[in-house]
Amino acid sequence: MSTISVAGRSLKARPLLPRRIRPARLALHAFLIAAVLLWLFPLLWAVYASLRPVSETIFNGYVSWPKTLNFDNYTTVWTQADLPYFYLNTLVIVVPAVILTLLLASMVAFCCTQFSWKFNLVVLMLFTAGNLLPPQVIIVPLYWIYLHTPIASFGSIDVGRFSFALFSDNGLLYNQYLGIILIHVVFQTGFATFVLSNYMKTITKEITESALVDGANVLRIWWSVILPLCRPALAAMATLLFTFIYNDFFWGLLLLKTGDRRPITSALNDLQGQFFTNNNLLAAGALLAAIPPIIIFIALQKHFVAGLTLGSTKG
Amino acid sequence: MANPATSAAAPARASKAPEAGELVATRRRRRYSLLTRPDKILIALMVGIPLALDILFIWGPTVASVLLSFTDWAGIGDVTPQNVVGLKNYTTLFTGYAFFWPAFQHNLIWLAFLSFIATPLGMFLAVLLDRELRGKRIYQSIFFLPVVLPLVVVGFIWTLQYAPSDGFINNAFGLVKSGNIIDWFGNPSINLYAVLFATSWRHIGYIMVLYLAGLKSVDPSLREAAKVDGATEVQTFFNVVLPVMAPINVIIVVVTAIEALRAFDLAFIINRGTNGLELLSILITNNSISEASLIGFGSAIAVVLLVISLVPIVLFLSRTMRSQA
Repeated sequence: MSTISVAGRSLKARPLLPRRIRPARLALHAFLIAAVLLWLFPLLWAVYASLRPVSETIFNGYVSWPKTLNFDNYTTVWTQADLPYFYLNTLVIVVPAVILTLLLASMVAFCCTQFSWKFNLVVLMLFTAGNLLPPQVIIVPLYWIYLHTPIASFGSIDVGRFSFALFSDNGLLYNQYLGIILIHVVFQTGFATFVLSNYMKTITKEITESALVDGANVLRIWWSVILPLCRPALAAMATLLFTFIYNDFFWGLLLLKTGDRRPITSALNDLQGQFFTNNNLLAAGALLAAIPPIIIFIALQKHFVAGLTLGSTKG
Repeated sequence: MANPATSAAAPARASKAPEAGELVATRRRRRYSLLTRPDKILIALMVGIPLALDILFIWGPTVASVLLSFTDWAGIGDVTPQNVVGLKNYTTLFTGYAFFWPAFQHNLIWLAFLSFIATPLGMFLAVLLDRELRGKRIYQSIFFLPVVLPLVVVGFIWTLQYAPSDGFINNAFGLVKSGNIIDWFGNPSINLYAVLFATSWRHIGYIMVLYLAGLKSVDPSLREAAKVDGATEVQTFFNVVLPVMAPINVIIVVVTAIEALRAFDLAFIINRGTNGLELLSILITNNSISEASLIGFGSAIAVVLLVISLVPIVLFLSRTMRSQA
């Protein structure tokens, strides 16, 4: 390792010489390439297994050279396990949850950072700490609340097989899109408030003050002055929240009944055993469920990493 | 998942702008006079509605868990004074319940494994990648990729590695042919470590990204000074970079602890948290949200988990909020 820094200095001394490949650098790359291959292996192995027909793996074993590779396992899972339906369940949950979380969290962060009042620190702490609790600590009373809070039923909007109840078709929060969206919003608002308030602290209060002088009300300042300034942070948070909520397993498992309303992650687990009779199908199912977050990650990687580290770098 | 982590950054930023805090005091009076009465009501609503939800769905249930842990309530009807049983749930838990201490121990092993193996590896990768390096972004993305996967998917992907007769590991090492099949997920003396291996696949990338952000915020002149003084890279890291990174180090510790306490998904997906994979989080749900409906008893386990979780939470709050105050 020490050679790296030494070499770095010597390079500065002879800037005209062509860049030499230094042995330490080479070792570093060799190590990283080996590590990266190791990292990718489980994923690539799943891809390989998913592309092979079951009959072939039964006959030759999983660790064997392929004769045929095709997408049959994917088509089987997609059509027979009702996957599109579960994707839509996830979508119906994730989109409103992300939007509501960002709205609520940005309001709280705005009020706590742009104005000084007695309890703003306490409020921030409550939100932050609430998000840090293991969800299992609150599940027992929460489950009871979900089973005992009466929610009005005003019919539903039906689109094909989907029924979006207004606001609950069983009079409860349990087993409702509304209920699962609500708990995601509440839980993630804590996290989003913390991150957004860190970001908003860097916005000078003079902006809010001069807008107040100009006669704008607080709601207007939040919506048309502060939120546009927070666009990078909001984009980063939206990316992260999408992934967090998409990846949720626990809430979907406990607050939704088996079957019809579960998002793809919990539904996938329900399929284990009964539907996934072989590892090839299992691999195809897992990879299909992994595609949305992977696409989001690849397309919005910058936002993703920014969201995770917001505040530690200069934005 | 471990959202908390995320904000690794807070302390670093706060320390950069101490002047802002000083200004607040002098300006306070003027700003208050700017707010009209409707404005104040609006602010109260904008904070009040989210806060009410937070209290209703998170803090209320937290307090309720504590209170219920002193009862034998079964979840039907009202809680009456006859339901209050004092510390009975706790004594049963600590002395009569066969799964508690194993679960407690598994959480501890989980914490130790992440703290002493996965987290340092993540930090190590961050240090390796914190330099001008060709392909740095690609390396970084690949290490981070498992972090974006749902844990169900992680569980399935590793099932393909660990499966007794169809899995890659047993086949690749010839254990299937020689008849020495290892049931990685099924054998209670090794399945916890098999799961921890899969968890680390995610955890390492997560810590790497957080730490990398911290490393970037270290003033480069510090390192240059150390280099000029003839320090090696290893010396520079341990004597210069690591101490400067103290705030981030605390956050890394907190994230690791909270991840270990929250562990649920993988163990549940593999075998519903039984047979060597018992965890406190799973015992809570298995006891209270099931046919058994032992709500008071499940709540007592929840309180144990709560008390342990408060340690990293308080540490996190005191570190981040102190610099904000």
